[in-house]
Amino acid sequence: INHIVHNGGLYKRPFNEAFEETPMLVAVLTYVGYGVLTLFGYLRDFMRQWKIEKCQNATEREEQKDFVPLYQDFENFYNRNLYMRIRDSWNRPVCSVPGAKVDMMERVSHDYNWTFTYTGRVIKDIINMGSYNYLGFAQNAGACQEAAAKVLSQYGAGVCSTRQEMGNLDKHEELEKLVARFLGVESAMTYGMGFATNSMNIPALVGKGCLILSDELNHASLVLGARLSGATIRIFKHNNMQSLEKLLKDAIVHGQPRTRRPWKKILILVEGIYSMEGSIVRLPEVIALKKKYKSYLYVDEAHSIGALGPGGRGVVEYFGLSPEDVDVMMGTFTKSFGAAGGYIGGKKELIDYLRTYSHSAAYATSMSPPVVEQIITSMKCIMGEDGTTVGEARVQQLAENTRYFRRRLKEMGFIIYGNEDSPVVPLMLYMPAKIGAFGREMLKRNIGVVVVGFPATPIIESRARFCLSAAHTKEMLDTALKEINEVGDLLQVKYSRRRLVPLLDRPFDETTYEETED
Amino acid sequence: MDVKGTWSSLYWLFCQFELITCSYLMEPWEKVLFYSFNLAMAGLLLYTAYVCVAFHVSSAFQLLGSFLGNQQENALSVVK
Repeated sequence: INHIVHNGGLYKRPFNEAFEETPMLVAVLTYVGYGVLTLFGYLRDFMRQWKIEKCQNATEREEQKDFVPLYQDFENFYNRNLYMRIRDSWNRPVCSVPGAKVDMMERVSHDYNWTFTYTGRVIKDIINMGSYNYLGFAQNAGACQEAAAKVLSQYGAGVCSTRQEMGNLDKHEELEKLVARFLGVESAMTYGMGFATNSMNIPALVGKGCLILSDELNHASLVLGARLSGATIRIFKHNNMQSLEKLLKDAIVHGQPRTRRPWKKILILVEGIYSMEGSIVRLPEVIALKKKYKSYLYVDEAHSIGALGPGGRGVVEYFGLSPEDVDVMMGTFTKSFGAAGGYIGGKKELIDYLRTYSHSAAYATSMSPPVVEQIITSMKCIMGEDGTTVGEARVQQLAENTRYFRRRLKEMGFIIYGNEDSPVVPLMLYMPAKIGAFGREMLKRNIGVVVVGFPATPIIESRARFCLSAAHTKEMLDTALKEINEVGDLLQVKYSRRRLVPLLDRPFDETTYEETED
Repeated sequence: MDVKGTWSSLYWLFCQFELITCSYLMEPWEKVLFYSFNLAMAGLLLYTAYVCVAFHVSSAFQLLGSFLGNQQENALSVVK
């Protein structure tokens, strides 16, 4: 499991990542469950069409029934027959700050999740294992909140303009200098929305005639940005460096598809931590490949900034690399800083170019001043510049919580995906009924978890995703672990066969189909 | 006198069956339909097993018996 020797000494610390294979019986039973639900779905659709049952989902109007049908594809079938049955695990209304404990409004449904009514009761102090609150800055009291309140009374809440027109406040300049110093890059630019940072800036960086090599499991914002740019997109297997190298070699050797001209630019899109798998990108190898084949690297550190590395500076610090090796460092302020928005950091020429040519800078409203102040205060706290060691303590607490929680869950016998150091912990559930049951049982025991099913994950690999926080104390984690143990026994989700399966490290060729070997 | 224990373990097994076949998610009338279909299938299976297996086993024994009988007759004829 220790990859230091195999990769020519690129890694300074052990890289422990594991994705245990689905047990065959569990996969078969999952398909059985989906088969039963599909049959009942067909029955219900038949009843709705022949008016035996009231149709509560969206349909075409009577006059449009002879046109091309709108709701016949698999997505809509899944939506009205499978998603509706377990819909009460999502969109739960939260009515307090999403810190380590959260309050939720209780709701019931009398017609099997088609409509919800609120009972009026508020469930208090639910342990929050679902919010991206990695360093615990989602607070409604403390230094960040006071600073943000002061700025709110000085600047107001709205900016009423775009960055290029009248929306460039001195607060934004201060924030950008601070972000550049935090990341160790020459310059940085911030945007009001994290999703828009990716989708609006990738089209500004690459265009037609360029090649984008994107990881299999990249986030929707990266995929959208890549498609909007008009460049050719090729996908490499998740975190698989042999697959990436093969694609790079093909790109250099063969060039563009019809004309065989060399590609104008090759951009590799990866993420720091992949939030559905909990895996960390193999950054040293990606940088070595990038340098060898002369391409550019774009790292989306949405989940890893603040959460990895001894100083919270992200995945580059975690591996002990230099920030100059990554051409475009992108991240968001939503997760570890308790605010909203995104940033891009890199060389000064790059950022000056983006200030002029980015869609987000030209058309999107700039960040709101209290949010800017929240980021400034939390970033200074992490760096230690506010005079206390609170930031450093939080980063260390998160690392401890991560190690402890993952170790305990593995000991209990659950299948946990991902890297040992990532604060995102996916717990595999597989069967569709267990998705709904897990969410409901955990809420009954006062723990809020996020369960994830089909469109976000492959259809049989549904999971429950825990996001750890520095605000969780050991007692909260112990309570949560006790309840997870109980629910795991009740639902029989402890599937792990406890075999240590090392990751495949030999060259990828046409005969290797699986990542693990027995 | 562990009736309570057996009942609770049977109930637990039933819950596991419900979770695996997703009848946990069904509305009551769907559950009735699903369980009656399952019980009908199980009943048919048991009936077929009872009728056919008994018939096949007894006919297999008869065949074996006829082989042994032939052997005895053949041996007797040789001796004669």
